[in-house]
Amino acid sequence: MSKFLTASIGRKFVMSLSGLFLMVFIAVHLGLNLLLIFDDSGSLFNEGAHFMATNPLIKIMEPILGLGFMIHIIWSFFLEYQNWKARPVKYAKKNMSGASSWASRNMLILGALVLVFLVIHIIDFFWVIKFSPEEIEHLAKGDYDLVAGLFKESIFACILYIIGGVLLGLHLSHGFWSSFQTLGVNNKFWLKRWQVIGQIYAVVVAVGFSIIPLYFMLGLYK
Amino acid sequence: MADKILKELKIKVWRQKNAKSKGKFETYIINDISTGSSFLEMMDILNNDLIEKGIDPIAFDHDCREGICGTCSLYINGRPHGPDTEVTTCQLHMRKFKDGETIIIEPWRARAFPVIKDLVVDRTAFDKILQAGGFVSVNTGGVPDANAIPVSRDDAEEAMDAAACIGCGACVAACKNSSAMLFVSAKVSHLANLPQGKVEAKSRALNMVSKMDELGFGGCTNTRACEVECPKSISIMNIARLNREYLKSRLSR
Ligand code: HEM
Ligand code: SF4
Ligand code: FES
Repeated sequence: MSKFLTASIGRKFVMSLSGLFLMVFIAVHLGLNLLLIFDDSGSLFNEGAHFMATNPLIKIMEPILGLGFMIHIIWSFFLEYQNWKARPVKYAKKNMSGASSWASRNMLILGALVLVFLVIHIIDFFWVIKFSPEEIEHLAKGDYDLVAGLFKESIFACILYIIGGVLLGLHLSHGFWSSFQTLGVNNKFWLKRWQVIGQIYAVVVAVGFSIIPLYFMLGLYK
Repeated sequence: MADKILKELKIKVWRQKNAKSKGKFETYIINDISTGSSFLEMMDILNNDLIEKGIDPIAFDHDCREGICGTCSLYINGRPHGPDTEVTTCQLHMRKFKDGETIIIEPWRARAFPVIKDLVVDRTAFDKILQAGGFVSVNTGGVPDANAIPVSRDDAEEAMDAAACIGCGACVAACKNSSAMLFVSAKVSHLANLPQGKVEAKSRALNMVSKMDELGFGGCTNTRACEVECPKSISIMNIARLNREYLKSRLSR
C-alpha cells in the first residue's frame, strides 16, 4: 500500500480522489452560500448555516473535509516536487502554449493561491463561528450579518473573494476532467463529455462564488 | 512551387563535449538554405561548414530519415521535433522557418535521458521500461493459425494505433513533468488490447510504471502536451487505459 501511495500513478489517484471529494463539498458550499443573495432578510441563510452546524452527518464530515484538504495539499507538493526533479536541466526556450492549457501547467500555483485565499476565508468566518461565537451574538441577524456585513463594509474583501472564486474556477477548469482521466474513467467518447461538464462546473463555481460579494459590493440588497 | 532560399539563419545550438562536461550554447551563422531541404539536411550542411572551419561537428541522432525509427530528436524553438505537427525532425522542412530567424536547438531534457554529447541523449531508459513488461509470452512449436483467435475490429484498431509509437521520446521532452506516461501507455495499450497480451496483463502495467518511476521520469498531470507533440498522434486515452490497468494490477495483489 505504501508503494502505491508513492508511485507516480498512486499519487495521482490520491490527488484525484481528494479533488473529487473537495468538488462535492464545493458544490454544497456554493448552494448554501447562494442563499445569501436570494433572501435579504438573512433567515434562509441562517437556517442553512444552523442546519450545517447541528446536523450529525455534517459534524462527522467536518474533520473528514479538513483531512481531505490536508491530503490534497500535501500530496500536491510531493507530486509537483517529484515532477520538478525529473528535469534537472531546464530548457532555454519553451513554447508550450500551443500544446497544453495554461491552467493545466499551473495547477500548483493556482492551488497555492486558492490555499492563501482559503486561510483568509477560514479566519474571516469559520474561525469566528466556531471559536468565538460571542462576536456573533450581538449581531441582529447572526451568521448572515457576519458574512454580509463584511461584504457591505469592505470593497477590498469583496474583490478578494471574487478573485478567490475565479482562481478556484481556473483550478477546476483543468481539475474536473483530469480527475476522471486519472482514475481511468475516460475513453474517446467520454473525454469531450467530461471536459464540457468540467467547463460548466468551473464556470458555475467561479461565477457563483463571485456574484455573492458582487451583489453586496454593487449594493443590490435591500 | 519553387523552393525559396533562406539567405541567413542563426543557429543557436547546445554544445556539450561529453556526459560529464557542463555544456553551453554556441551560435553559428548559415547561409543559402533551400526551404525544400529537411531540417537534418540543414544540420548536415552546417556540419560541413564547421568541419571546413576545423570545428567539431554537432552530434545529433538520426537513422532512417523517413519518420519511422524514432531516432532523431531535437528540441527546436521550444518544441520537440520543431514547429510542425505530427512529424519527426527528419520530416521537418526548412519552409517552416523564416529568413534571418534564430533557431534554438536543444537536446531532450529529462533526468532519465542524460546528454551524451551535444544533442544526443541516452534513451536506453525506454528499453529498460520495455524489458520490464513490454513483451508477450509465446509458445514454442508450430505457428498458430492467424485467424484462430478472434479479435474485435475496435480492439485491433486501438492496438494498431498504439503500436504506431516509435519510441522517440518527444512525449517526455514535451511534458512539463518529463513523464513517460504516453510512451508506457502506448506500449501497454498495444498489448492489453490483444488476446496475446492477456497472459502478462496483471503485472505488465505495474512493472512498467514501477520501472518508469525508478528511472526518474515524472508523473502525468494530464496537460496533454505529449499527444500534441507526438509525431504519431498517440492519444492520451491510452493513459486512461494505463491508469485502469495499473489499478487492476494493484488491486489484484
Ligand atoms: C476547494 C479546493 C480544491 C478543489 C476542489 C481541488 C480540486 C482538484 C482536482 C479535481 C484536481 C485534479 C486531480 C487530478 O488531476 O486527478 C486537482 C489537482 C491539483 N490540485 Fe487541487 N483542489 C483544491 C485546492 C487545492 C489546493 C489548496 C492546492 C494547494 C496547493 C491544490 C493543488 C493541486 C495541484 C498541484 C493539482 C495538480 C495535480 C495534477 O494535476 O496532477 N488544490 N485539484
Ligand atoms: S508516444 Fe509518441 S512521442 Fe512518445 S515515444 Fe511514442 S511516438 Fe514518440
Ligand atoms: S531519423 Fe528515423 S524517425 Fe527521424
